[in-house]
Amino acid sequence: MRTTETNEAGLIARILAGEKELFHELIRPYERMVYLTLFSIVKHQTEAEDGAQEALISGYRHLSSFRGDAKFSTWLVRIAINEGRKRLRKAKRAAEESIEEQAETHEGDFTPAPLTDWREIPLEALERKELREALRSAVAELPDIYRQVFALRDLEELSVEETAQALGITTGAVKVRLHRARMMLQKRLVPFLKTTAPTRRGFFGRAL
Amino acid sequence: MKLDCRHVWEHISEYIDNTVDATLREDIERHLEHCEICSAILDSTRNILVLTADDRTFELPVGYSERLHERLAKELEQDSKTE
Repeated sequence: MRTTETNEAGLIARILAGEKELFHELIRPYERMVYLTLFSIVKHQTEAEDGAQEALISGYRHLSSFRGDAKFSTWLVRIAINEGRKRLRKAKRAAEESIEEQAETHEGDFTPAPLTDWREIPLEALERKELREALRSAVAELPDIYRQVFALRDLEELSVEETAQALGITTGAVKVRLHRARMMLQKRLVPFLKTTAPTRRGFFGRAL
Repeated sequence: MKLDCRHVWEHISEYIDNTVDATLREDIERHLEHCEICSAILDSTRNILVLTADDRTFELPVGYSERLHERLAKELEQDSKTE
């Protein structure tokens, strides 16, 4: 990790000193992350791709303002989040003015769905396209504030602290939202998984 | 301490992330040993996370990277001209 950061600091210094072409190299590890961040906000492929391009160009233009107090990846994610929110507002797709202003009033039951006849998803099931499709829809249908945290933590694999920094919320809020998002997904996907999982037999041929 | 299922569910996310303290972790593990329901919930949640992190679940549009770098190249070129 430290080497990545040292390399990055070096690359950034060289880009700012005039070796602009190195920007390609600098952002290559984060292309996927920037796209997924945009996608988790705008939920539309073309819009997310345009947004990712804009965000990274904006990152290039503002590179001199990167201070290194946050990680470069977190800095980029923040730019991506802002770009996504700007696009949402423009398209008037969001019901509220902005995602951050949405109060955490989502009433819901955040307990997982119990399942007794299935211990784990068999590997073959994980390979199934339908399951991926179901997961994509379930993620898309999460309320915005939960989907954002879930995307940064579990899809882009940012730490709790980085996620909090990127979204401008507390680490406590990250944990609560992440837990709720995961439980909502678990609940949504269990009925689907149950039908795909073979029945397991316990002792004496009893279905578990 | 003896935990009930609901208590375990509340901590499942943190348990997966390995951020519960040692005592609670032990209590949860003791509960999981004999509770099929909680074990299944834990396994299913974990598997959902494995599937989420799999690059094939959330794919990038075909040609995304090429288009991105083409666009960046144009931007860098323009930037050089304006100097």
